[in-house]
Amino acid sequence: MFDNFPLWPARASTAAGNVDALFIFLLIVSGLMTLLIFSALIYFAARYRHRRGVPAEQIEGSTPLELTWSVIPFFVFLAIFAWGAVVYFKSRTPPRDSTEVYVVAKQWMWKLEHSEGQREINELHVPVGRDVKLIMTSQDVIHSFYVPAFRMKQDVLPGRYTMAWFRATKAGTYHLFCAEYCGTQHSGMIGSIVVMEPAQFEAWMSGGSTGPLSVTGEKIFAELGCATCHRADTQGRGPNLQGVFGKPVRLEDGRTITADENYIRESILDPGAKVVSGFKPVMPTFQGLVSEEQLNALVAYVKSLSQPGATPTNTAAATQDNSTAAGSQVQ
Amino acid sequence: MSMATTTMQPVERENYLNKEYGALSWLFTTDHKRIALLYLMSITFFFFIGGFFALLIRLELLTPAGDLVQPDTYNKLFTMHGMVMVFFFLIPSIPAVLGNFLVPMMIGAKDLAFPRVNLLSWYLYIIGGLMMLHCMLTGGVDTGWTFYTPFSTAFTNTKIVEAGLAIFVAGFSSILTGLNFVVTIHRMRAPGMTWSRLPLFIWAHYATSIIQILGTPVIAITIVLVAVERTLHLGIFDPKLGGDPLLFQHLFWFYSHPAVYIMILPSMGVVTEIIACFARKRIFGYSFVAFSSIAIAVFGFLVWAHHMFVAGISIYAALVFSLLSYAVAVPSAVKVFNWTATLYKGSIHYDAPMLYAFGFIGLFTVGGLTGLFLAALGIDVHVTDTYFVIAHFHYIMVGGALMGYLGGLHFWWPKISGRLYPESWARLAALIVFLGFNLTFFPQFILGYLGMPRRYFQYPQEFQVLNVLSTAGATVLGVGYLLPMIYFLWSMRYGKPAPDNPWNAAGLEWKTTSPPTTFNFEEEPIVTWEAYNYDELDAPRKEGVPIAR
Repeated sequence: MFDNFPLWPARASTAAGNVDALFIFLLIVSGLMTLLIFSALIYFAARYRHRRGVPAEQIEGSTPLELTWSVIPFFVFLAIFAWGAVVYFKSRTPPRDSTEVYVVAKQWMWKLEHSEGQREINELHVPVGRDVKLIMTSQDVIHSFYVPAFRMKQDVLPGRYTMAWFRATKAGTYHLFCAEYCGTQHSGMIGSIVVMEPAQFEAWMSGGSTGPLSVTGEKIFAELGCATCHRADTQGRGPNLQGVFGKPVRLEDGRTITADENYIRESILDPGAKVVSGFKPVMPTFQGLVSEEQLNALVAYVKSLSQPGATPTNTAAATQDNSTAAGSQVQ
Repeated sequence: MSMATTTMQPVERENYLNKEYGALSWLFTTDHKRIALLYLMSITFFFFIGGFFALLIRLELLTPAGDLVQPDTYNKLFTMHGMVMVFFFLIPSIPAVLGNFLVPMMIGAKDLAFPRVNLLSWYLYIIGGLMMLHCMLTGGVDTGWTFYTPFSTAFTNTKIVEAGLAIFVAGFSSILTGLNFVVTIHRMRAPGMTWSRLPLFIWAHYATSIIQILGTPVIAITIVLVAVERTLHLGIFDPKLGGDPLLFQHLFWFYSHPAVYIMILPSMGVVTEIIACFARKRIFGYSFVAFSSIAIAVFGFLVWAHHMFVAGISIYAALVFSLLSYAVAVPSAVKVFNWTATLYKGSIHYDAPMLYAFGFIGLFTVGGLTGLFLAALGIDVHVTDTYFVIAHFHYIMVGGALMGYLGGLHFWWPKISGRLYPESWARLAALIVFLGFNLTFFPQFILGYLGMPRRYFQYPQEFQVLNVLSTAGATVLGVGYLLPMIYFLWSMRYGKPAPDNPWNAAGLEWKTTSPPTTFNFEEEPIVTWEAYNYDELDAPRKEGVPIAR
């Protein structure tokens, strides 16, 4: 009977408990505040209702009282702020060894690709107990990847990557919603997250792969002729990409930035934006020549070059993607 | 006795309503009171249009499947509901109607500083309103009232530019009203009406005017940029053209968050007046209530990015905006505490305006406290863009702002119309609005925490029961809003003539006739008393001594 009338959402990720705890704390705090205000209101309203011959007593105010009820709430608010910030910080900082899934949103569907190569549409299979990092972009308008059971939401923007991560804790099928209005079929842009026990997940993973994403990326890298300049030595016209990902890069204009997913993406689409120190801005743009999915594969390939023991022709490393995501804080 | 018969004679005294007749005397009036009535009629018209859209939205959401209207129609319904209610009802509501009517009278002035500019602002509102109507009748807009890019600039094929220009024009009406109030409050106070003697309604309107003047130009510029990108394909917000979609959100919320305070601050001012009158007391902590309005206006400009915690801003920006959002919560809390303290040792009457004021405090408290949830970064990630947000801002903007507006209309109706409304109907309506409101919007908090996203035209089965409750509440609420319109109209013809000061209230507006004459006062008042001098008002009556003033 209560299937149609739930009062609390399913709790299926490590973040969900943190969010719920803070939410319950806030329910208690605001419940107490409401009780305090409403009981004072009701008491005064009843106790001091108009009686003939009993005039109101004029009271100027009270600075100590004003300070009390400004300062105490302020400190309560600060506590809520700090707790909320901690929960947020955790939910925005993916652990280093996360499994990566690339997400491409478009009106009105979700396209997902595991770094092992499995592709899915409007459905994402993940195992219980593994950190999963989503690297997301949109082909058209802004969307938002929202899984209520994980208490996780992140807008997905065109033209750049945004990140999110979760660690599922309970097997089951959960809603995936688009939470940022995106046009006609916004409410149809839904899907499911299928959380599986690790053994079942391995079985699911063993089928349907076209090879790891980084290998696909390596092929594209060769097809587009990237390797002619980005050589594995110091003689190329472009920087050697070995070990670049996640490391600081000195730019021609003197700034130093971290080579994260967004930097690689930008360097492919808009190579002149942030040129590496010591190189000339000679690279042509690949805007319009590569699809979002191919871009993701290229990014995955460049990342694979930064894994311990990676060589330019290494393909095995990509199956276990241990990229050092030091600089890839989720934004 | 002879005194009584002369005042009861059917021959009406000359007042602002009967001084001139005919459409032209209204269309070319520069009397702030007549302009207030022009606004009252126009915003009521838009309120019922916006309400009609709300009704269709709630009917569609009665069932999980999208079965009443087409998805595109639904998207236009919630868009037009938002645009009409925000820009053509809530923002002008209290300032342009009650503020227009009362600001000059409360400070003892004949009119606003720029009467013709005041009329111009109504015309701008009407031009903007007609453009919006034309836009609606010829297809409407489907972006949501938030116009998010690049959807609005590159993807939808609805009438973005036309709707944007309608809001652009109406925005100037808002700016001019704010400008008029600021100048009037600075320059036209009667002798003796010092800043510390101003009614808190005036302080609230002063704070509101600052936001209108400083904030509205930003949304105007933003709309122009959207139109430029849409028509000329200059890259501003669309990443495909080299723009940044987050820039739009920053600009939009830089106005649209303070705009919430344009709606709620005047309402707080109204409630302050009502509570003082019906508790027969001065307001507890006058200067704290006054400065909390200014604090809200100032801090209100520093919190806009709390609408963007999951939009792709940096973690550190989010931390700053979360902290500042808590800072703005303090002055709001201070107001609630001061209203409550004002009741202490009062002599409380329960006339209809007071019931609305109680309703305001109740709903505003819930709305404000749920704001604490949304400002908490960790929780916001889960509940932003869900029905939790919808419920929260309706508690503030409808529960709060509209309750205050209705309370104010009841409180000053005898002054505005010269007639009394039927008290028991008014109390009943206040009760119906309060109950209907809670039934409509409280279930939406639960829906939001369960994860139902906003702007969904179909939804999973498990959300149905709560949606049905909400729709049921909306029907009750609709009745609650219709009632006052009916009995106010009725009272204009059949209501008992109102005495000059039916509530025995403090404030200069009650010292003139009901309805007032064109220039408000026979002679310029000289103020020698503090605001809310209810002790003086109540004392002579008890001793049977006539009031000196």
